Amino acid sequence: MTVYLPIAEISVNIFIILGMGAAVGFLSGMFGVGGGFLITPLLIFYNIPPIVAVATGANQVVASSISGAITHFRRGSLDIKLGTVLLVGGLLGATAGIWLFALLRRVGQLDLVISLLYVVLLGVVGVLMLFESVKALRRAANNQPVSLRKPGHHNWVHGLPLKMRFKKSKIYLSVIPVVVLGFSIGVLTSIMGVGGGFIMVPAMIYLLRIPTNVVVGTSLFQIIFVTAYTTVMQATTNNSVDIVLAFILMVAGVIGAQYGVRVGQRLRGEQLRALLALLVLAVGMRLAVDLVLTPDEIYSIVSEGVRR
Amino acid sequence: MRTLLQTILIAFVLATAAPALAQEDRRPEIGERLEIGMSTDEIAIASDFRGADLTIFGAIEGYDPRLLAQAKYDIVVALEGPKDNQTVRRKERVLGIWVNRRSMTFELAPESYSLSSTRDVDDIAPAAVLNSIGVGLQHIRLDPVGFFGDGSNVSEFRDAFRRLKETGGFYQRDPGGVQFISASLFKATVRLPANVPNGTHVVRAQLFREGVFISEKAMPLRVVKTGLEQMISNAAFNNPVSYGILSVILAVLTGWIASVVFRKD
Repeated sequence: MTVYLPIAEISVNIFIILGMGAAVGFLSGMFGVGGGFLITPLLIFYNIPPIVAVATGANQVVASSISGAITHFRRGSLDIKLGTVLLVGGLLGATAGIWLFALLRRVGQLDLVISLLYVVLLGVVGVLMLFESVKALRRAANNQPVSLRKPGHHNWVHGLPLKMRFKKSKIYLSVIPVVVLGFSIGVLTSIMGVGGGFIMVPAMIYLLRIPTNVVVGTSLFQIIFVTAYTTVMQATTNNSVDIVLAFILMVAGVIGAQYGVRVGQRLRGEQLRALLALLVLAVGMRLAVDLVLTPDEIYSIVSEGVRR
Repeated sequence: MRTLLQTILIAFVLATAAPALAQEDRRPEIGERLEIGMSTDEIAIASDFRGADLTIFGAIEGYDPRLLAQAKYDIVVALEGPKDNQTVRRKERVLGIWVNRRSMTFELAPESYSLSSTRDVDDIAPAAVLNSIGVGLQHIRLDPVGFFGDGSNVSEFRDAFRRLKETGGFYQRDPGGVQFISASLFKATVRLPANVPNGTHVVRAQLFREGVFISEKAMPLRVVKTGLEQMISNAAFNNPVSYGILSVILAVLTGWIASVVFRKD
Protein backbone atom coordinates (compact mmCIF):
# COMPACT_ATOMS: atom_id res chain seq x y z
CA MET A 1 0.00 0.00 0.00
CA THR A 2 1.50 3.29 -1.01
CA VAL A 3 0.92 6.61 0.61
CA TYR A 4 1.81 9.98 -0.84
CA LEU A 5 3.88 12.21 1.40
CA PRO A 6 2.69 15.75 0.70
CA ILE A 7 5.84 17.61 1.74
CA ALA A 8 8.48 15.07 0.70
CA GLU A 9 6.48 14.85 -2.55
CA ILE A 10 7.06 11.16 -3.11
CA SER A 11 4.96 8.05 -2.82
CA VAL A 12 6.24 5.52 -0.32
CA ASN A 13 5.26 2.09 0.85
CA ILE A 14 3.47 2.67 4.15
CA PHE A 15 4.65 -0.67 5.55
CA ILE A 16 8.29 0.23 5.04
CA ILE A 17 7.81 3.50 6.92
CA LEU A 18 5.85 1.69 9.66
CA GLY A 19 8.59 -0.93 9.87
CA MET A 20 11.25 1.74 10.09
CA GLY A 21 9.38 3.57 12.83
CA ALA A 22 8.72 0.37 14.77
CA ALA A 23 12.33 -0.84 14.48
CA VAL A 24 13.78 2.47 15.61
CA GLY A 25 11.12 2.74 18.31
CA PHE A 26 12.05 -0.75 19.51
CA LEU A 27 15.74 0.20 19.65
CA SER A 28 15.02 3.50 21.34
CA GLY A 29 12.95 1.72 23.97
CA MET A 30 15.64 -0.90 24.42
CA PHE A 31 18.52 1.55 24.73
CA GLY A 32 16.63 4.47 26.23
CA VAL A 33 17.48 6.86 23.39
CA GLY A 34 15.23 9.12 21.32
CA GLY A 35 16.01 7.45 18.02
CA GLY A 36 16.28 10.62 15.92
CA PHE A 37 19.87 9.80 14.99
CA LEU A 38 18.69 6.52 13.43
CA ILE A 39 15.40 7.71 11.91
CA THR A 40 16.91 10.56 9.90
CA PRO A 41 19.63 8.50 8.12
CA LEU A 42 17.13 5.67 7.46
CA LEU A 43 14.74 8.15 5.84
CA ILE A 44 17.59 9.49 3.72
CA PHE A 45 18.45 5.92 2.63
CA TYR A 46 14.80 5.56 1.60
CA ASN A 47 15.14 8.58 -0.71
CA ILE A 48 13.27 11.05 1.47
CA PRO A 49 14.89 14.44 0.78
CA PRO A 50 17.34 15.14 3.66
CA ILE A 51 15.71 18.50 4.36
CA VAL A 52 12.40 16.74 5.03
CA ALA A 53 14.05 13.85 6.88
CA VAL A 54 15.73 16.23 9.34
CA ALA A 55 12.68 18.40 10.03
CA THR A 56 10.38 15.38 10.33
CA GLY A 57 12.93 13.61 12.54
CA ALA A 58 12.79 16.48 15.04
CA ASN A 59 9.00 16.24 15.08
CA GLN A 60 9.15 12.48 15.65
CA VAL A 61 11.52 12.92 18.61
CA VAL A 62 8.86 15.05 20.35
CA ALA A 63 6.53 12.03 20.34
CA SER A 64 9.17 9.48 21.32
CA SER A 65 10.45 11.61 24.23
CA ILE A 66 7.16 12.80 25.68
CA SER A 67 6.17 9.67 27.60
CA GLY A 68 9.59 9.47 29.25
CA ALA A 69 9.42 13.17 30.06
CA ILE A 70 5.97 12.75 31.66
CA THR A 71 7.24 9.87 33.80
CA HIS A 72 10.24 11.84 35.03
CA PHE A 73 8.12 14.91 35.64
CA ARG A 74 5.67 12.89 37.75
CA ARG A 75 8.46 11.33 39.77
CA GLY A 76 10.23 14.65 40.07
CA SER A 77 13.46 13.08 38.84
CA LEU A 78 14.61 16.17 37.01
CA ASP A 79 16.28 19.47 37.85
CA ILE A 80 14.02 22.16 36.41
CA LYS A 81 16.47 24.97 37.11
CA LEU A 82 19.31 23.14 35.37
CA GLY A 83 16.92 22.11 32.58
CA THR A 84 15.89 25.73 32.06
CA VAL A 85 19.49 26.90 31.73
CA LEU A 86 20.10 24.07 29.25
CA LEU A 87 16.91 25.05 27.44
CA VAL A 88 17.98 28.69 27.08
CA GLY A 89 21.15 27.48 25.37
CA GLY A 90 19.12 24.96 23.36
CA LEU A 91 16.66 27.51 21.99
CA LEU A 92 19.49 29.86 21.03
CA GLY A 93 21.32 26.96 19.39
CA ALA A 94 18.23 25.80 17.51
CA THR A 95 17.65 29.34 16.22
CA ALA A 96 21.24 29.57 15.01
CA GLY A 97 20.96 26.08 13.54
CA ILE A 98 17.81 26.90 11.59
CA TRP A 99 19.49 29.98 10.19
CA LEU A 100 22.52 27.92 9.17
CA PHE A 101 20.21 25.24 7.72
CA ALA A 102 18.47 27.80 5.47
CA LEU A 103 21.82 29.27 4.43
CA LEU A 104 23.28 25.86 3.55
CA ARG A 105 20.14 25.03 1.61
CA ARG A 106 20.47 28.23 -0.40
CA VAL A 107 24.06 27.50 -1.41
CA GLY A 108 23.26 23.85 -2.18
CA GLN A 109 25.45 22.27 0.49
CA LEU A 110 22.75 21.19 2.94
CA ASP A 111 22.60 17.50 1.97
CA LEU A 112 26.37 17.24 2.12
CA VAL A 113 26.65 18.90 5.53
CA ILE A 114 23.88 16.72 6.97
CA SER A 115 25.62 13.57 5.74
CA LEU A 116 29.05 14.71 6.90
CA LEU A 117 27.77 15.63 10.36
CA TYR A 118 26.10 12.23 10.64
CA VAL A 119 29.25 10.40 9.53
CA VAL A 120 31.39 12.28 12.07
CA LEU A 121 28.88 12.10 14.90
CA LEU A 122 27.86 8.47 14.42
CA GLY A 123 31.50 7.50 13.90
CA VAL A 124 32.74 9.20 17.07
CA VAL A 125 29.80 8.16 19.24
CA GLY A 126 29.89 4.60 17.89
CA VAL A 127 33.61 4.16 18.51
CA LEU A 128 33.47 5.70 22.00
CA MET A 129 30.47 3.60 22.94
CA LEU A 130 32.06 0.43 21.59
CA PHE A 131 35.29 1.00 23.56
CA GLU A 132 33.40 1.87 26.71
CA SER A 133 31.11 -1.15 26.50
CA VAL A 134 33.93 -3.56 25.69
CA LYS A 135 35.84 -2.23 28.70
CA ALA A 136 32.73 -2.64 30.85
CA LEU A 137 32.21 -6.17 29.54
CA ARG A 138 35.80 -7.06 30.45
CA ARG A 139 35.38 -5.51 33.87
CA ALA A 140 32.17 -7.44 34.43
CA ALA A 141 33.95 -10.64 33.40
CA ASN A 142 36.59 -9.95 36.09
CA ASN A 143 33.87 -9.12 38.62
CA GLN A 144 35.00 -5.56 39.17
CA PRO A 145 32.41 -3.00 40.25
CA VAL A 146 31.29 -0.47 37.66
CA SER A 147 31.10 3.14 38.73
CA LEU A 148 29.99 5.95 36.50
CA ARG A 149 30.40 8.96 38.72
CA LYS A 150 33.33 9.63 40.94
CA PRO A 151 32.12 12.18 43.52
CA GLY A 152 34.68 14.70 44.63
CA HIS A 153 36.55 14.43 41.37
CA HIS A 154 36.61 17.83 39.71
CA ASN A 155 37.73 18.77 36.23
CA TRP A 156 38.43 22.05 34.40
CA VAL A 157 34.70 22.68 33.94
CA HIS A 158 34.35 23.35 37.63
CA GLY A 159 36.87 26.19 37.57
CA LEU A 160 34.72 28.38 35.28
CA PRO A 161 33.07 31.60 36.57
CA LEU A 162 29.35 32.56 36.72
CA LYS A 163 28.53 29.80 39.13
CA MET A 164 24.99 28.95 40.06
CA ARG A 165 23.58 26.63 42.68
CA PHE A 166 21.41 23.81 41.36
CA LYS A 167 19.64 22.53 44.49
CA LYS A 168 18.02 19.50 43.01
CA SER A 169 21.30 18.24 41.55
CA LYS A 170 23.16 19.26 44.71
CA ILE A 171 25.77 20.91 42.55
CA TYR A 172 27.40 24.35 42.36
CA LEU A 173 28.27 24.84 38.73
CA SER A 174 29.15 27.54 36.22
CA VAL A 175 26.29 28.26 33.78
CA ILE A 176 28.78 28.60 30.89
CA PRO A 177 29.30 24.88 30.16
CA VAL A 178 25.57 24.25 30.67
CA VAL A 179 24.52 26.92 28.17
CA VAL A 180 27.24 25.84 25.74
CA LEU A 181 26.10 22.22 25.97
CA GLY A 182 22.47 23.23 25.47
CA PHE A 183 23.45 25.43 22.53
CA SER A 184 25.42 22.67 20.79
CA ILE A 185 22.55 20.24 21.21
CA GLY A 186 20.13 22.87 19.85
CA VAL A 187 22.27 23.29 16.72
CA LEU A 188 22.38 19.51 16.24
CA THR A 189 18.60 19.27 16.70
CA SER A 190 17.90 21.75 13.93
CA ILE A 191 20.54 20.56 11.46
CA MET A 192 20.38 16.81 12.11
CA GLY A 193 16.87 16.24 13.42
CA VAL A 194 18.06 14.52 16.58
CA GLY A 195 17.08 15.06 20.20
CA GLY A 196 20.71 14.81 21.17
CA GLY A 197 20.21 12.76 24.31
CA PHE A 198 22.94 10.35 23.30
CA ILE A 199 25.45 13.21 23.54
CA MET A 200 23.83 15.24 26.29
CA VAL A 201 23.50 12.42 28.80
CA PRO A 202 27.19 11.36 28.70
CA ALA A 203 28.28 15.01 28.69
CA MET A 204 26.17 15.75 31.76
CA ILE A 205 27.45 12.69 33.61
CA TYR A 206 31.12 12.73 32.71
CA LEU A 207 31.77 16.43 32.06
CA LEU A 208 29.38 18.30 34.36
CA ARG A 209 29.26 15.57 37.03
CA ILE A 210 25.52 15.85 37.45
CA PRO A 211 23.99 13.04 39.53
CA THR A 212 22.68 10.24 37.31
CA ASN A 213 19.23 10.19 38.95
CA VAL A 214 18.29 13.58 37.46
CA VAL A 215 20.31 13.41 34.20
CA VAL A 216 17.81 11.59 31.99
CA GLY A 217 14.79 13.56 33.23
CA THR A 218 16.59 16.89 32.83
CA SER A 219 17.85 16.07 29.35
CA LEU A 220 14.35 14.97 28.28
CA PHE A 221 12.98 18.27 29.62
CA GLN A 222 15.40 20.14 27.36
CA ILE A 223 14.83 17.79 24.38
CA ILE A 224 11.03 18.12 24.43
CA PHE A 225 11.08 21.89 24.24
CA VAL A 226 13.97 22.21 21.81
CA THR A 227 12.57 19.61 19.37
CA ALA A 228 9.09 21.19 19.59
CA TYR A 229 10.58 24.62 18.94
CA THR A 230 12.70 23.25 16.07
CA THR A 231 9.64 21.62 14.49
CA VAL A 232 7.77 24.92 14.44
CA MET A 233 10.85 26.79 13.17
CA GLN A 234 11.48 24.23 10.41
CA ALA A 235 7.83 24.46 9.38
CA THR A 236 7.96 28.26 9.20
CA THR A 237 11.42 28.70 7.69
CA ASN A 238 11.75 25.74 5.35
CA ASN A 239 8.21 24.28 5.05
CA SER A 240 9.89 20.92 5.43
CA VAL A 241 7.96 19.10 8.19
CA ASP A 242 6.01 16.23 6.65
CA ILE A 243 3.17 15.66 9.08
CA VAL A 244 2.01 12.47 7.33
CA LEU A 245 5.46 10.91 7.45
CA ALA A 246 5.96 12.08 11.03
CA PHE A 247 2.64 10.64 12.15
CA ILE A 248 3.30 7.19 10.63
CA LEU A 249 6.74 7.12 12.25
CA MET A 250 5.39 8.28 15.61
CA VAL A 251 2.61 5.72 15.85
CA ALA A 252 4.91 2.86 14.88
CA GLY A 253 7.67 4.27 17.07
CA VAL A 254 5.75 4.57 20.33
CA ILE A 255 4.39 1.04 19.94
CA GLY A 256 7.80 -0.37 19.04
CA ALA A 257 9.32 1.37 22.04
CA GLN A 258 7.02 -0.46 24.48
CA TYR A 259 8.36 -3.82 23.32
CA GLY A 260 11.90 -2.48 23.21
CA VAL A 261 11.73 -1.49 26.87
CA ARG A 262 10.63 -5.02 27.85
CA VAL A 263 13.43 -6.68 25.90
CA GLY A 264 15.93 -4.12 27.18
CA GLN A 265 15.15 -4.94 30.79
CA ARG A 266 16.15 -8.55 30.24
CA LEU A 267 19.49 -7.79 28.57
CA ARG A 268 22.62 -6.50 30.26
CA GLY A 269 23.59 -2.86 29.84
CA GLU A 270 27.12 -3.41 28.51
CA GLN A 271 25.92 -5.89 25.89
CA LEU A 272 23.18 -3.52 24.86
CA ARG A 273 25.58 -0.65 24.49
CA ALA A 274 27.99 -2.75 22.44
CA LEU A 275 25.11 -3.72 20.12
CA LEU A 276 23.95 -0.14 19.77
CA ALA A 277 27.53 0.97 19.08
CA LEU A 278 27.80 -1.52 16.22
CA LEU A 279 24.49 -0.36 14.78
CA VAL A 280 25.50 3.30 15.02
CA LEU A 281 28.79 2.53 13.27
CA ALA A 282 27.04 0.61 10.49
CA VAL A 283 24.68 3.52 9.76
CA GLY A 284 27.60 5.97 9.77
CA MET A 285 29.59 3.72 7.41
CA ARG A 286 26.73 3.50 4.96
CA LEU A 287 26.43 7.30 4.84
CA ALA A 288 30.20 7.63 4.37
CA VAL A 289 30.15 5.16 1.47
CA ASP A 290 27.41 7.19 -0.25
CA LEU A 291 29.55 10.31 -0.01
CA VAL A 292 32.58 8.67 -1.58
CA LEU A 293 31.06 6.47 -4.31
CA THR A 294 30.65 8.08 -7.71
CA PRO A 295 26.96 9.05 -7.95
CA ASP A 296 24.83 7.89 -10.90
CA GLU A 297 23.90 11.48 -11.62
CA ILE A 298 26.19 14.37 -10.80
CA TYR A 299 23.67 17.04 -11.76
CA SER A 300 20.59 18.05 -9.81
CA ILE A 301 17.83 20.64 -10.25
CA VAL A 302 16.13 22.75 -7.60
CA SER A 303 13.33 25.22 -8.11
CA GLU A 304 13.88 28.50 -6.35
CA GLY A 305 10.22 28.93 -5.59
CA VAL A 306 9.92 32.44 -7.00
CA ARG A 307 7.24 31.19 -9.41
CA ARG A 308 6.42 33.45 -12.35
CA MET B 1 5.14 66.86 -33.71
CA ARG B 2 2.48 64.43 -32.60
CA THR B 3 0.30 65.09 -35.65
CA LEU B 4 3.29 64.55 -37.86
CA LEU B 5 4.02 61.21 -36.24
CA GLN B 6 0.39 60.17 -36.61
CA THR B 7 0.40 61.10 -40.26
CA ILE B 8 3.53 59.07 -40.83
CA LEU B 9 2.00 56.12 -39.06
CA ILE B 10 -1.17 56.30 -41.11
CA ALA B 11 0.85 56.58 -44.28
CA PHE B 12 2.85 53.53 -43.25
CA VAL B 13 -0.24 51.47 -42.51
CA LEU B 14 -1.77 52.46 -45.85
CA ALA B 15 1.45 51.63 -47.64
CA THR B 16 1.66 48.15 -46.15
CA ALA B 17 -2.05 47.48 -46.61
CA ALA B 18 -2.21 48.69 -50.19
CA PRO B 19 -0.34 45.82 -51.89
CA ALA B 20 -2.47 43.27 -50.06
CA LEU B 21 -5.61 44.97 -51.26
CA ALA B 22 -4.29 45.22 -54.76
CA GLN B 23 -3.32 41.55 -54.95
CA GLU B 24 -6.48 40.18 -53.41
CA ASP B 25 -6.75 37.42 -55.99
CA ARG B 26 -3.22 36.20 -55.29
CA ARG B 27 -2.03 34.08 -52.39
CA PRO B 28 -2.33 36.18 -49.25
CA GLU B 29 0.98 36.76 -47.46
CA ILE B 30 -0.69 37.04 -44.13
CA GLY B 31 -3.97 35.80 -42.88
CA GLU B 32 -3.71 32.28 -41.50
CA ARG B 33 -4.74 32.14 -37.89
CA LEU B 34 -5.02 29.42 -35.33
CA GLU B 35 -8.00 28.80 -33.14
CA ILE B 36 -7.85 26.32 -30.30
CA GLY B 37 -10.36 25.13 -27.79
CA MET B 38 -10.43 23.01 -24.69
CA SER B 39 -13.40 21.65 -22.83
CA THR B 40 -12.11 23.13 -19.60
CA ASP B 41 -9.72 25.75 -18.29
CA GLU B 42 -9.19 23.93 -15.04
CA ILE B 43 -8.16 20.38 -14.23
CA ALA B 44 -8.59 18.89 -10.80
CA ILE B 45 -6.12 16.16 -9.96
CA ALA B 46 -6.58 13.67 -7.17
CA SER B 47 -3.68 12.27 -5.19
CA ASP B 48 -3.76 8.96 -7.06
CA PHE B 49 -3.19 10.71 -10.39
CA ARG B 50 -0.91 8.66 -12.65
CA GLY B 51 -0.76 10.97 -15.63
CA ALA B 52 -3.33 11.67 -18.32
CA ASP B 53 -3.74 12.88 -21.87
CA LEU B 54 -5.16 16.30 -22.56
CA THR B 55 -6.84 16.74 -25.92
CA ILE B 56 -6.96 20.12 -27.58
CA PHE B 57 -8.97 20.84 -30.71
CA GLY B 58 -8.13 23.56 -33.11
CA ALA B 59 -8.55 24.88 -36.60
CA ILE B 60 -6.51 26.85 -39.09
CA GLU B 61 -8.44 29.81 -40.38
CA GLY B 62 -7.74 31.71 -43.53
CA TYR B 63 -5.62 28.90 -44.91
CA ASP B 64 -4.56 28.34 -48.45
CA PRO B 65 -6.25 25.14 -49.69
CA ARG B 66 -3.45 24.33 -52.12
CA LEU B 67 -0.80 24.49 -49.39
CA LEU B 68 -3.02 22.54 -47.02
CA ALA B 69 -3.44 19.82 -49.62
CA GLN B 70 0.33 19.61 -49.99
CA ALA B 71 0.67 19.34 -46.17
CA LYS B 72 2.74 22.51 -46.00
CA TYR B 73 1.24 23.55 -42.69
CA ASP B 74 2.66 22.34 -39.43
CA ILE B 75 1.23 22.74 -35.97
CA VAL B 76 3.01 22.52 -32.64
CA VAL B 77 1.05 22.42 -29.39
CA ALA B 78 2.85 22.65 -26.06
CA LEU B 79 1.61 22.54 -22.50
CA GLU B 80 3.99 24.68 -20.48
CA GLY B 81 4.02 24.33 -16.72
CA PRO B 82 4.40 27.15 -14.21
CA LYS B 83 7.69 28.97 -14.61
CA ASP B 84 10.27 29.28 -11.90
CA ASN B 85 13.94 30.07 -11.56
CA GLN B 86 15.65 26.72 -11.56
CA THR B 87 19.16 25.97 -10.44
CA VAL B 88 21.22 23.13 -11.87
CA ARG B 89 24.08 21.98 -9.67
CA ARG B 90 27.01 19.80 -10.58
CA LYS B 91 28.90 17.61 -8.17
CA GLU B 92 32.65 17.27 -8.26
CA ARG B 93 35.00 15.15 -6.25
CA VAL B 94 36.72 17.16 -3.54
CA LEU B 95 39.12 15.33 -1.22
CA GLY B 96 37.44 12.08 -2.16
CA ILE B 97 33.90 13.31 -1.43
CA TRP B 98 31.28 14.31 -3.99
CA VAL B 99 30.37 17.94 -3.42
CA ASN B 100 28.10 20.36 -5.31
CA ARG B 101 30.66 22.69 -6.83
CA ARG B 102 29.25 24.54 -9.82
CA SER B 103 25.75 25.75 -10.41
CA MET B 104 23.76 27.73 -12.90
CA THR B 105 20.31 29.25 -12.45
CA PHE B 106 17.98 29.46 -15.42
CA GLU B 107 15.50 32.28 -15.35
CA LEU B 108 11.81 31.38 -15.34
CA ALA B 109 12.06 28.01 -17.04
CA PRO B 110 8.88 25.92 -17.19
CA GLU B 111 8.71 23.24 -14.52
CA SER B 112 7.04 20.92 -17.00
CA TYR B 113 6.78 20.94 -20.77
CA SER B 114 4.79 18.59 -22.90
CA LEU B 115 5.13 18.97 -26.62
CA SER B 116 2.98 17.60 -29.41
CA SER B 117 3.46 18.32 -33.09
CA THR B 118 2.56 17.22 -36.61
CA ARG B 119 6.11 15.93 -37.04
CA ASP B 120 9.47 16.29 -35.34
CA VAL B 121 9.83 20.00 -34.53
CA ASP B 122 13.37 20.06 -35.87
CA ASP B 123 11.98 19.09 -39.28
CA ILE B 124 9.26 21.74 -39.12
CA ALA B 125 11.43 24.84 -38.96
CA PRO B 126 15.11 25.80 -38.80
CA ALA B 127 16.72 25.86 -35.36
CA ALA B 128 17.05 29.66 -35.44
CA VAL B 129 13.28 30.06 -35.85
CA LEU B 130 12.52 27.57 -33.08
CA ASN B 131 15.04 29.22 -30.75
CA SER B 132 13.56 32.65 -31.33
CA ILE B 133 10.08 31.55 -30.29
CA GLY B 134 11.27 28.99 -27.73
CA VAL B 135 9.50 25.97 -29.19
CA GLY B 136 10.83 22.45 -28.79
CA LEU B 137 12.68 20.65 -26.01
CA GLN B 138 16.02 21.69 -27.45
CA HIS B 139 14.90 25.26 -28.03
CA ILE B 140 13.13 26.30 -24.84
CA ARG B 141 14.50 29.57 -23.58
CA LEU B 142 17.02 28.84 -20.85
CA ASP B 143 18.73 32.06 -19.88
CA PRO B 144 21.26 31.88 -17.07
CA VAL B 145 20.96 34.55 -14.40
CA GLY B 146 23.78 36.20 -12.53
CA PHE B 147 27.42 35.44 -13.01
CA PHE B 148 28.18 32.38 -15.09
CA GLY B 149 31.83 32.81 -16.04
CA ASP B 150 32.81 33.03 -19.69
CA GLY B 151 29.64 31.20 -20.72
CA SER B 152 31.55 28.20 -22.03
CA ASN B 153 29.67 25.82 -19.76
CA VAL B 154 26.17 27.20 -20.41
CA SER B 155 25.38 24.53 -22.99
CA GLU B 156 26.61 21.81 -20.65
CA PHE B 157 24.23 22.94 -17.90
CA ARG B 158 21.39 23.40 -20.40
CA ASP B 159 21.88 19.84 -21.64
CA ALA B 160 21.93 18.53 -18.06
CA PHE B 161 18.76 20.48 -17.27
CA ARG B 162 16.88 19.07 -20.28
CA ARG B 163 18.14 15.56 -19.66
CA LEU B 164 17.08 15.59 -15.98
CA LYS B 165 13.71 17.05 -16.90
CA GLU B 166 13.19 14.37 -19.57
CA THR B 167 14.27 11.45 -17.39
CA GLY B 168 12.07 12.79 -14.59
CA GLY B 169 9.09 12.80 -16.98
CA PHE B 170 8.60 16.56 -16.65
CA TYR B 171 9.58 17.29 -20.23
CA GLN B 172 8.02 15.11 -22.92
CA ARG B 173 7.43 15.22 -26.63
CA ASP B 174 5.19 13.46 -29.08
CA PRO B 175 6.07 14.10 -32.73
CA GLY B 176 2.85 13.01 -34.36
CA GLY B 177 0.62 14.01 -31.49
CA VAL B 178 -1.09 16.60 -33.66
CA GLN B 179 -3.36 15.09 -36.30
CA PHE B 180 -5.66 16.64 -38.85
CA ILE B 181 -9.16 15.27 -38.50
CA SER B 182 -10.54 17.17 -41.46
CA ALA B 183 -9.07 19.61 -43.95
CA SER B 184 -8.21 22.30 -41.44
CA LEU B 185 -9.42 20.89 -38.18
CA PHE B 186 -6.81 19.28 -35.93
CA LYS B 187 -6.57 17.42 -32.69
CA ALA B 188 -3.54 17.65 -30.40
CA THR B 189 -2.81 15.30 -27.54
CA VAL B 190 -0.45 16.46 -24.84
CA ARG B 191 0.59 14.37 -21.90
CA LEU B 192 0.10 15.56 -18.32
CA PRO B 193 2.90 13.88 -16.36
CA ALA B 194 2.06 12.02 -13.14
CA ASN B 195 3.99 14.58 -11.14
CA VAL B 196 2.45 17.55 -12.96
CA PRO B 197 3.12 20.72 -10.99
CA ASN B 198 0.28 22.59 -9.37
CA GLY B 199 -0.47 26.00 -10.81
CA THR B 200 -1.24 27.84 -14.00
CA HIS B 201 -0.05 26.12 -17.13
CA VAL B 202 -0.28 27.57 -20.62
CA VAL B 203 -1.37 25.72 -23.72
CA ARG B 204 0.51 27.31 -26.57
CA ALA B 205 -0.14 26.43 -30.20
CA GLN B 206 1.95 27.60 -33.13
CA LEU B 207 1.30 27.45 -36.82
CA PHE B 208 4.14 27.07 -39.31
CA ARG B 209 3.94 27.30 -43.07
CA GLU B 210 6.87 25.78 -44.94
CA GLY B 211 9.23 26.35 -42.06
CA VAL B 212 8.02 29.90 -41.39
CA PHE B 213 6.38 30.77 -38.09
CA ILE B 214 2.98 32.31 -38.85
CA SER B 215 0.91 32.72 -35.74
CA GLU B 216 0.42 31.64 -32.18
CA LYS B 217 -2.49 31.11 -29.85
CA ALA B 218 -2.25 30.61 -26.10
CA MET B 219 -4.74 29.60 -23.45
CA PRO B 220 -4.23 29.23 -19.71
CA LEU B 221 -4.99 25.94 -18.01
CA ARG B 222 -5.13 25.75 -14.26
CA VAL B 223 -4.01 22.51 -12.67
CA VAL B 224 -5.47 22.18 -9.20
CA LYS B 225 -4.52 19.28 -7.00
CA THR B 226 -7.26 18.11 -4.70
CA GLY B 227 -7.52 15.77 -1.78
CA LEU B 228 -6.10 15.54 1.71
CA GLU B 229 -2.47 15.57 0.59
CA GLN B 230 -2.92 18.86 -1.20
CA MET B 231 -4.77 20.34 1.76
CA ILE B 232 -1.83 19.43 3.98
CA SER B 233 0.65 20.84 1.51
CA ASN B 234 -1.34 24.07 1.20
CA ALA B 235 -1.49 24.39 4.98
CA ALA B 236 2.27 23.85 5.26
CA PHE B 237 2.98 26.64 2.80
CA ASN B 238 0.17 29.07 3.58
CA ASN B 239 -0.09 28.76 7.38
CA PRO B 240 3.34 27.46 8.34
CA VAL B 241 3.15 28.55 11.99
CA SER B 242 -0.19 26.85 12.68
CA TYR B 243 1.00 23.83 10.70
CA GLY B 244 4.16 23.60 12.82
CA ILE B 245 2.23 23.95 16.06
CA LEU B 246 -0.25 21.31 14.88
CA SER B 247 2.64 18.93 14.12
CA VAL B 248 3.94 19.41 17.66
CA ILE B 249 0.49 18.91 19.20
CA LEU B 250 0.04 15.73 17.18
CA ALA B 251 3.40 14.44 18.42
CA VAL B 252 2.61 15.31 22.05
CA LEU B 253 -0.80 13.60 21.82
CA THR B 254 0.63 10.48 20.16
CA GLY B 255 3.34 10.16 22.80
CA TRP B 256 0.99 10.88 25.66
CA ILE B 257 -1.77 8.50 24.49
CA ALA B 258 0.81 5.75 24.06
CA SER B 259 2.09 6.27 27.60
CA VAL B 260 -1.47 6.08 28.94
CA VAL B 261 -2.41 3.00 26.91
CA PHE B 262 0.74 1.08 27.75
CA ARG B 263 0.97 2.10 31.40
CA LYS B 264 1.80 -0.96 33.42
CA ASP B 265 -0.33 -0.33 36.48
